[in-house]
Amino acid sequence: MMINFFASLELMWKGMAAIFVVIIAIYIIVNIMQNLGSPYCDEEN
Amino acid sequence: MEFLVEGILAITWKQVFMYIIGAILIYLAIKKNLEPSLLLPMGFGAILVNIPFSGVLNQTMPGIGEVTGIIDWLFEVGIEKSEAMPILLFVGIGAMIDFGPLLANPKLLLFGAAAQFGIFATITVATLLGFNLTDAASIGIIGAADGPTSILVSQILGSNYIGPIAVAAYSYMALVPIIQPIAIKLVTTKKERAIRMKYNPKSVTKRTKILFPIIVTIIAGLVAPASIALVGFLMFGNLVRECGVLNSLSDTAQNALVNLITLLLGLTISASMQAETFVSLQTFLIMALGLLAFIFDTMAGVIFAKILNLFSKEKVNPMVGAAGISAFPMSARVVQKMGLEADSQNHLLMHAVGANVSGQIASVVAGGVIISLIPKLL
Repeated sequence: MMINFFASLELMWKGMAAIFVVIIAIYIIVNIMQNLGSPYCDEEN
Repeated sequence: MEFLVEGILAITWKQVFMYIIGAILIYLAIKKNLEPSLLLPMGFGAILVNIPFSGVLNQTMPGIGEVTGIIDWLFEVGIEKSEAMPILLFVGIGAMIDFGPLLANPKLLLFGAAAQFGIFATITVATLLGFNLTDAASIGIIGAADGPTSILVSQILGSNYIGPIAVAAYSYMALVPIIQPIAIKLVTTKKERAIRMKYNPKSVTKRTKILFPIIVTIIAGLVAPASIALVGFLMFGNLVRECGVLNSLSDTAQNALVNLITLLLGLTISASMQAETFVSLQTFLIMALGLLAFIFDTMAGVIFAKILNLFSKEKVNPMVGAAGISAFPMSARVVQKMGLEADSQNHLLMHAVGANVSGQIASVVAGGVIISLIPKLL
């Protein structure tokens, strides 16, 4: 049981780290895309 | 004439219990309107598969031999062999989602990530209750608040509890309007719930909306390749929606495809609701852990928002963090309603919707990450 418990803790920090890496990478790219987007062409709110 | 009573004599108390479970699911679907498209087929399926010598399951008939049952066949082909049903369902879900509110305020993406903490916290609790790591991970993923992801992950990890996990995932999704307010109130004050947020969305270009699903697929695929089936099909559906040249396909994905798969998925899942395996202490533990996962998710999102508030000038209403789960749009509606209860002019809906769709992305990424990591930890 304790082996599974420690493995779950490892899963927790690695899993959360991976999710945040993916989300932050998406966040950065979306921000860049949004800032590059011209407000005058092909707009859609 | 013995054959006329063979079925009646073969009924066990566990099967009778499953009829009651089936009836409750049908009642909740019809009377309470809780996820009727899933709970009704699952409830009816629970009765179908628990009729003694049920013809919907594989069985050996004297003098004939092996006979294939339709529900066993659907389960084998649609879920066990390829996970086709939950994955194809994602195409439709992707086509339904408008990422506009999220793209207009990308900061909301972070709440989706934070709210996935409940999955991992529940996995840890499950291991302490004696579940092995694969079963614990399959149970924890109920906290993704995303039925297809729960089914897919538990199937890929080879969990023995796919039936209870599916029932818990869909039941609690339907119960979000009851579960989340309680969890939110446990970790917020009325003053915090009354925090107003300005809504100044950036305009979102069509180019951004088209590039978004492609970029998310590439990033998620590179970091967690196992998530690509989930994320890729979700984002493919969204690309079909946003590209503007496949309106007919988008419409089919959002309606015909989703309805067809949902119709079959509920019945198919009932293959794993056979009394002998379903009626056990583990099932009750899984139901309890599923509830815990939803509570942990909600609290994690709220607490993350509170932590962000410590470092930012413009305060976020912590309840928006609670909307970072995948249960769309129930979770966003809960936050909007609670915001209005705390302050009648406090409209949080658009922020909550953004966090909610972020939760949909983060939950499928979480599913993929778990599938990637578990084999390395065994």
